[in-house]
Amino acid sequence: MIDVLIIGGGNAALCAALMAREAGASVMLLEASPREWRGGNSQHTRNLRCMHEAPQDVLVDAYPEEEYWQDLLKVTGGKTNEELARLVIRESSSCRDWMRQHGVHFQPPLSGALHVARTNAFFMGGGKALVNAYYRSAEQLGVQIRYDTPVEDLEIRDGRFVAALVPEREVNGTRLAAERIEAKSCVLAAGGFESNREWLREAWGQNERGEYPSDNFLIRGTRFNKGTLLKRMIDQGADSIGDPTQAHMVAIDARAPLYDGGICTRIDCVSLGVVVNKEGERFYDEGEDFWPKRYAIWGRLVAQQPGQIGYSIIDSKAVGNFMPPVFPGNKADSLEELADQLGLPREIFMRTLQDYNRACRPGTFNHTELDDCVTEGVTPAKTHWARPIDTPPFYGYALRPGVTFTYLGLKTDDTAAVRFDDQPSDNLFVAGEMMAGNVLGKGYTAGVGMSIGTAFGRIAGRNAALASLGRQPASAA
Amino acid sequence: MNAESNLIPLLNTDEEEVNRQLQICNACRYCEGYCAVFPAMTQRLEFGKADIHYLANLCHNCGACLHACQYADPHEFGVNIPKSMAKVRLQTYSDYAWPRKLGALYQRNGLTLALSSALALGLFLVLTLLVQGSLFSQIEGGDFYQIFPHNTLVTMFGSVFGFSTLALILGVVHFWRKVAPGEKQVQEAVPAMIQTGKAALTLKYLDGGHGQGCNNEDDAFTLARRRFHHLTFYGFMLCFAATSVATLYHYVMGWEAPYPIFSVPVILGIVGGIGLLIGPAGLFYLNYKRHPEHGDQAQRPMDRGFIMLLFMISLTGLLLLGFRETTLMPLMLALHLGFVMAFFLTMPYSKFAHGFYRSAALFKSYLETRKNNNSKH
Repeated sequence: MIDVLIIGGGNAALCAALMAREAGASVMLLEASPREWRGGNSQHTRNLRCMHEAPQDVLVDAYPEEEYWQDLLKVTGGKTNEELARLVIRESSSCRDWMRQHGVHFQPPLSGALHVARTNAFFMGGGKALVNAYYRSAEQLGVQIRYDTPVEDLEIRDGRFVAALVPEREVNGTRLAAERIEAKSCVLAAGGFESNREWLREAWGQNERGEYPSDNFLIRGTRFNKGTLLKRMIDQGADSIGDPTQAHMVAIDARAPLYDGGICTRIDCVSLGVVVNKEGERFYDEGEDFWPKRYAIWGRLVAQQPGQIGYSIIDSKAVGNFMPPVFPGNKADSLEELADQLGLPREIFMRTLQDYNRACRPGTFNHTELDDCVTEGVTPAKTHWARPIDTPPFYGYALRPGVTFTYLGLKTDDTAAVRFDDQPSDNLFVAGEMMAGNVLGKGYTAGVGMSIGTAFGRIAGRNAALASLGRQPASAA
Repeated sequence: MNAESNLIPLLNTDEEEVNRQLQICNACRYCEGYCAVFPAMTQRLEFGKADIHYLANLCHNCGACLHACQYADPHEFGVNIPKSMAKVRLQTYSDYAWPRKLGALYQRNGLTLALSSALALGLFLVLTLLVQGSLFSQIEGGDFYQIFPHNTLVTMFGSVFGFSTLALILGVVHFWRKVAPGEKQVQEAVPAMIQTGKAALTLKYLDGGHGQGCNNEDDAFTLARRRFHHLTFYGFMLCFAATSVATLYHYVMGWEAPYPIFSVPVILGIVGGIGLLIGPAGLFYLNYKRHPEHGDQAQRPMDRGFIMLLFMISLTGLLLLGFRETTLMPLMLALHLGFVMAFFLTMPYSKFAHGFYRSAALFKSYLETRKNNNSKH
């Protein structure tokens, strides 16, 4: 029997596998996806939010623990666990040497991401390069890796992990028999449920317009996060945490693929223009704050609009001031024509744009600061970067809510143990998106998902190795 | 200037594919740290024909961005920058070649190299037979000028080398004019040139951006390609230096070949020749093991043909030296001269051109970087 079984194949799972193997345990990792899709949502990530007291290689200045904590407190609106959050923050200051040992390379912030030069360390080549490095290192260290191996259930006895159950399945035309895989301890790191359409529908329900909003959500992340194990664990009595409608959700290009759209499908011109819904009305202050601080609320804002769709409208003054979108926008020489192209009611759209244009007060436009270009006498107001949309050609981008990952997870503590009736399991641990909700009750700040996954992946792996030797799990130093 | 230059040139299928993929890359940018292509990409919102030709030649086909790509197959976006760039790159060699018609030699370049080798070998074997009556004869002191007088060789090789160099230069100049219009009065050309020289001579962009090298058969990094390329390039340059020193000896000092083993030209030739054996052998092996999605599979005959030609030049050169005092000398001489002639003939129409086009692209990228840095400050 192997010592430690890791269920999942993304960053948290790999961190756990590497730590357990380094602690001397024999380790098997089960990845539900085929090899070419391995890595879960981690393949779409790009950086790690890191605490540091002084400049560190690619990180400038300092980002002390307290500031990091305050940032987290602010974005979650207090829906967080201070003890676990601070644990993540402290781990983020010391994990990067270990990451480098396993082949991860860091690089200075990408162009267009200079605003996080102080707080976030970028992976050279992005998350897939990180995932590749971890898999190579795991293979070299002798971790057994099995792809195409989804776990549908666990055998749990008295709060202890006994075995994982893999259903019968077909892989490349070959029928593989069902399996029961025993291990002395286990780490669950199999992600959220964002690609489970039925569960999303159940969680979001029907709105007052009779729509099922989640039917119009696009999934920016992996198609393999069905939440199968998460659901089974909750059904088996594991303590859960979080709200199933809470997720990292951004407004993305409506033409993005249904799954795995990743970073490139975002639309970065919202704060440079206006956003209308399909009735041609504005619905929120587009200039409330810097876009990187606001993009994570726009998914939810669009989800609340009729048809779960919005339209970002800019004029030619905005071109070149934002990250180029992956698909070209609709382009028209007049606003009327643009309304027609986008299928928006022309009269209401024109009235909305005229009201907005008339409300723009003269100011000094500066997209790099919270400038004084504001509207007066229009609702909702636009409180920065408000300039009349009057210089053809005009561009429009249709927006949909894009879910990155869901926050509903298993409750845990500083040992990363899964808990049943508020009692920690001796040999079952959890990491990554399956427990990120302990720290992130709502909201998001760039790179914190990877900080949580790395910190808890490492803790879970170390404790799973200890548990396999019959020793008590330890909380992080 | 003709009328067509006033129009925006339409992209062909391969160029359109690069354009499509770069729109995705430009919205992602995760690969910016790997090489010069992505930083150059971020300076643009649209990619015209000239931009695409420039970026295609800036790409070193290291493979790093393919393995790191969240949008590579089986993703529906199907991004593969090394492959799409390689296709356009070959097309640029062919499009910018001088004379234009000979650019077609790139279409089946393995065949081009094989045929020119066969022709050149045949030529020298027949000439040897005509002059000597046999391919095997003992010649005192290994003096190959007894077979082909010095002036004959200088005339033959000098004229072919001269033409090929001219053709290559005209091709690269044509390329430069297309990709860098209006960069005639460039500022800081000298520092940019120095950076270019450094990047080319150290193969900076085969270091992966982190110093651990590029990819070959999988997502692991290796310095092997960079090292074997160094052996090949510097081996070649030492052989070139050997010939240059020998030319000086001949014309300036009046010392005639053959030179003793412990003379400068022969030692340079031996050391260079060994590099030019190991380097191409290693590159051939790496090319054989290369991940199938790296670059354009259809170009492997061009790559391997050129690698083989370099290897054969070196092998026959060393054999000629080794057997110069034996009856095998005339045969070895004919073989060596044949391969060298084939190389000279195909210089502007073989993989050899890649170094020149890539250096031009690197130069442009350093000029651009400097211009942008200056405008920021």
